Amino acid sequence: MKGNAKPPRVGDRPAIRRTLIATVLLVGAILILAPLVVIFAQAFSLGIGTFASTIAHPDTRHAIFLTVVTALIAVPVNTAFGVAAAWTITKFDFPGKRLLTIVIEIPFSISPIVAGVAYLFVYGLQGLFGPMLQSAEIKVLFALPGIVLASMFVTAPFVARELIPLMQAQGRDLEEAATSLGASGWRTFFSVTLPNIRWALLYGVVLCNARVMGEFGAVSVVSGNIRGQTNTLPLYVELLYHDYQTVGAFAAASVLTVLALVTIVAKILLECQGAGRAGPRALVGPVAILKEKTP
Amino acid sequence: MRRRRVLPGFGLSLGITLFYVALILALPIGSLLFKAASLGPEEYWRIVSSGRALASYRVTVLSAAAATLFNLVFGLALAWVLVRYSFPGKRLVDAIVDLPFALPTAVAGIALTTLFAGNGWFGSILAEAGIKVAYTPLGIIIAMAFTSLPFIVRTVQPVLEDLDPALEEAAQSLGGSDAAIFRKVILPLLTPALLAGVSLAFARSLGEFGAIIFIAGNRPFSTEITALLAFIRLEEYDYQAAAAIASVLLITAFVMLAVTNALQARALRYTRRS
Repeated sequence: MKGNAKPPRVGDRPAIRRTLIATVLLVGAILILAPLVVIFAQAFSLGIGTFASTIAHPDTRHAIFLTVVTALIAVPVNTAFGVAAAWTITKFDFPGKRLLTIVIEIPFSISPIVAGVAYLFVYGLQGLFGPMLQSAEIKVLFALPGIVLASMFVTAPFVARELIPLMQAQGRDLEEAATSLGASGWRTFFSVTLPNIRWALLYGVVLCNARVMGEFGAVSVVSGNIRGQTNTLPLYVELLYHDYQTVGAFAAASVLTVLALVTIVAKILLECQGAGRAGPRALVGPVAILKEKTP
Repeated sequence: MRRRRVLPGFGLSLGITLFYVALILALPIGSLLFKAASLGPEEYWRIVSSGRALASYRVTVLSAAAATLFNLVFGLALAWVLVRYSFPGKRLVDAIVDLPFALPTAVAGIALTTLFAGNGWFGSILAEAGIKVAYTPLGIIIAMAFTSLPFIVRTVQPVLEDLDPALEEAAQSLGGSDAAIFRKVILPLLTPALLAGVSLAFARSLGEFGAIIFIAGNRPFSTEITALLAFIRLEEYDYQAAAAIASVLLITAFVMLAVTNALQARALRYTRRS
């Protein structure tokens, strides 16, 4: 080699590069791609007719219905909460702010089973409000309200954690200018803040929705698994699978898989709009967020 | 630096936030801890240190450690390949890394079980080599590795992208081999991000439920994870045991949250300085 020729970057020698790419693609194909393929292969293994009849079955349709209803309640409520929490945390200084940021993130690190069990001790018969609710004949557990509450718990941080780092980085100047010019709080939010955070907001909503619709552990504790009544789609997948109706289970699972793929596409499109880039991804823990703005 | 509150909506937004945190998060967590505490120390200790519970901690922690170790190597390799090389289909690979986040855990569970069961695509090949995956601890490890992979890739990837090429060039001009430069220059720069990713992946694996219960076989003392034991106690209407075991998971999660936050804060400081 000539003296001034630049050596290739570390790891750029063809032998290393090819080996690494081949290994990663092979392991990735086994661990990630194969599960994706097997879902559809199994779902259609008895032909499209069986697939269609599983999807059209009243129990499947009811599970899809229940999943959609749960998302229609839990996602908007969590979005409102996420926006309120992000507004509080990024636009004001107050004691306990750091603690609040950490508390909001808690569901992210708790096992969904723990969430479900915890709800049992609030609304279950042996729980805090259980006896009271029973005498008032209000059903929370083993019914829609329980499923919605457990889903809300699990996804509580999703919108807030996308908004907080972004709004932290954007500062307060624009909003302060707007209010000093006489705009009301709502006007300031809708005409100044919202346009700046819309993609990150949508990003959070998309991820929140995917998790609500796919949640299994927490919901399986509080739902009571009553077929045709309290089965969301993931629970219905489990029920069919344990019933040895493998093809049916995978047919139902394929609906959730399509949802996952749509979510990934939406995520990529939103990332092209700059969402999800507020900080190094996954490095935006609560403590990290607040350290962000030390002047 | 003390600022006057100029913006409106403090009371309203704080009120909504606190109300929601209290109702949705604090109330159930508090009730669970209250229930567990009401058992009294002796009874609590008897439940959480029973043989079956101890075995479940062992299975959970060891499997999570193995899965995290696997992802440390594979996740780093994957991030490296995505950042440093270009090859056909790279964007697709990058996109599909998020699949474990997006795919419902129950769906992942039945898909992995079908693949690795004795008559599955991979299970049948492995069976000939005498390796059983489904319904063994190995199956638990695979399910955990699947669900926690994105944590490490997505934590390391941005740091790898921002790595200053001048550092490597300087090391090369000093005559370092690729292996030596990777070990002594690149790896130390990636360590904070790797640690942060590892703690996230490990925490996720400790709490994972949906993906595991299908593939684990769920035999007490050998392939029963702690989350499942809590669930089983509930189904047996043994609410006290369920509360106690769930509280162990909860407290572990709190500890992991503290560790993760400390590591993330460190990783972020490190990233900014370099």
